[in-house]
Amino acid sequence: MAGTAHREPARPDLAVSIWRGDAGGAYADYRVPQRANQTVLDIVTFVQREIDPGLSYRFSCRVGMCGSCAMTVNGRPRWTCRTHVSKVAKNGRLTIGPLANLPVIKDLATDMAPFFQKWQAAKGVFSPSKTRHDAIEPIKPSSPERVAADAGVECINCGVCYAACDTVAWNADYLGPAALNRAWTLVNDVRDTGGKERLRAVSAAGGCHACHTHQSCQQHCPATLNPTASIAGLKRATVQAWLKGEIEP
Amino acid sequence: MNLRLYLWQRGTAALLAPLILIHLAVIFYATRQGLTAADILSRTRGSIAWALFYGAFVAAAAIHAAIGLRNILAEWGGLGGRTLAFCAVGFGLALALLGLRAVAAVVLP
Ligand code: SF4
Ligand code: SF4
Ligand code: FES
Repeated sequence: MAGTAHREPARPDLAVSIWRGDAGGAYADYRVPQRANQTVLDIVTFVQREIDPGLSYRFSCRVGMCGSCAMTVNGRPRWTCRTHVSKVAKNGRLTIGPLANLPVIKDLATDMAPFFQKWQAAKGVFSPSKTRHDAIEPIKPSSPERVAADAGVECINCGVCYAACDTVAWNADYLGPAALNRAWTLVNDVRDTGGKERLRAVSAAGGCHACHTHQSCQQHCPATLNPTASIAGLKRATVQAWLKGEIEP
Repeated sequence: MNLRLYLWQRGTAALLAPLILIHLAVIFYATRQGLTAADILSRTRGSIAWALFYGAFVAAAAIHAAIGLRNILAEWGGLGGRTLAFCAVGFGLALALLGLRAVAAVVLP
């Protein structure tokens, strides 16, 4: 019919189960209208705004930059702001829970403290070799060190890899893919002075050598990083440092 | 696992890889040639080379397997501390003992 605005075809509601409560909580069921280009975060937001304002969850940027919106969606850890419902819903059903391997505070909000504490334990903090009064050190983007650092540097700290890693689930001391990936980018940062300390930190029990290389982290990382490769790099670097007598086994 | 255990595990793996290939070749040779037990013993008894070869094999396998079992017990069995060390070292020693007994049986004159 000429002049009629395009209308979305009517879709059945989605059957959504969302985790409510702390670790001892349970899934609660909701019906949410389907829309075109709807994200999983849109679903959670709809439930909070239209059905139950008491629902707790985190988000900020909504464009895949801040790393705060990760949840477990139909059994897999994902960034929800950039996960389309059409890609993950199974038979019109969605199950949304908090990230695995982290303590649940309430509903979809987990306590990220252990994740960032391990980031610190892996010495994932830049130790500068210069002060603000020194000239800026020129770094060639094509140098092998910079290429290696660049490959892992775009981490958004979302914790998806941490939730996807079986070794984190099995070994409470394991630093996890994100912290180790961060350590590897700093090992390759020629301006950093914390090298030996960092290699020592990632060589202790629960460090890079605990990784089983099953690549679940790489499979799930929404920023398409490859923490497994970074961890393999750390394994090589620690062995080389040991051979040179720089660190003790 | 820490760096020390990693070095032992990878080191023994690197040693075991060629040893296993030679071991398999020896098995194929012995069965293909139809060697009897007496034939085999006549070659291995008093042989320092075979004693060293299988002695190293047993030592590497015992260390390698003990570290692997230690990981399994820690990650899947939830063991830690002394219990974990006791189980892993005990298993390694038992393997070494059984293996070395078998080596002794074929190489001692
Ligand atoms: S490759 Fe290593 S860090 Fe990644 S999921 Fe497997 S064990 Fe975890
Ligand atoms: S490595 Fe990837 S999955 Fe892990 S925290 Fe960083 S961006 Fe998220
Ligand atoms: S809300 Fe920022 S990454 Fe999803």
